Amino acid sequence: MLPLTTYILLADDDKDDREDFMEAFKSIRMNTEVQMFRDGIELMEYLNEASLPLPQLLFLDLNMPKKSGLECLTEIKKIERLKNLTVVIYSTSSSEKDIEDTFLKGANIYIKKPAHLTVLKKTLSHVLSINWQYQTSGLNRDNFLFQL
Amino acid sequence: MVYYLKYDVQAICKRIVNEQMSKSGLKYSLLNTHELAFDQIITEESLELLNRGFNKLGIEIVSSKKSMLVQKIKEAIIGFVNLEDKIVLSKTSSYLSDTLNYSYRYLSAIFSEVTYTTIENYIILQKIERAKGMIAGGEFSFTEIAWKLNYSSVAHFSTQFKNTTGLTPSSFKRIINQRRRNMLENIIS
Repeated sequence: MLPLTTYILLADDDKDDREDFMEAFKSIRMNTEVQMFRDGIELMEYLNEASLPLPQLLFLDLNMPKKSGLECLTEIKKIERLKNLTVVIYSTSSSEKDIEDTFLKGANIYIKKPAHLTVLKKTLSHVLSINWQYQTSGLNRDNFLFQL
Repeated sequence: MVYYLKYDVQAICKRIVNEQMSKSGLKYSLLNTHELAFDQIITEESLELLNRGFNKLGIEIVSSKKSMLVQKIKEAIIGFVNLEDKIVLSKTSSYLSDTLNYSYRYLSAIFSEVTYTTIENYIILQKIERAKGMIAGGEFSFTEIAWKLNYSSVAHFSTQFKNTTGLTPSSFKRIINQRRRNMLENIIS
């Protein structure tokens, strides 16, 4: 029952943020394979292509130009094939209302993006751990809601 | 004239295992030449069948004792969290130790090694999961839920709920109910 490689997608328009995430993922104990996208449009093109491998986990920056994290989320929720995809929305700062909004639109996890890389590593480790529990312990996905 | 045969044993084994596994139709992953991982539970019968094919080739699949023990630990925990209406168990360490016949220290070590989390965290996760189900069900108050899950007070329950999920029980309830309403509206419209 050891975790297989978790296939992760991440969309963020900021190059530095993408690099931070990449480094954080590399340092985590669980095996991950991460693919990055520079904006929501590129991401949705990938997700809409049925022949491409399905990720288990998707990280979405809330604030992206062209297509925001929430717009992507709304589209994703309409695709049957993606119903077991765990969606993590993150932002450097959001109001309580925005956070609740992301949950209402179907996000599973909301992260406030930490300023320091060490904290980011810890947070991502926690996300992967929770996601792993949901994928292997038969927990109810309808109630899969966490704010970290 | 005698020629020497050089074997790339790793490559050979990998090839054989992959060929054999692709016949089974099961989704699997070969972690290295010695570990075969599945993302679902494989029944005894399936394992038997797989082994019959492999044994002919001189290979044997050995179920990982550690994984099986972890599965038993999880089942024991899910059992006492969900089976009774009210959780009465306080000393979970002795319960697990007695039920599974290993020292708690050993159980903890194996659990953490295989699952990347601790038994304590897993117990809390299962309790909170049950709480979420009860909150979403709408039948019980937070006081009743806290009591059923053996928390000393509603405050203690709320604190652990918030620590685990990042949301207060009230926020969670509000969001779940609103999500349900949104879904119903979408179906109707």
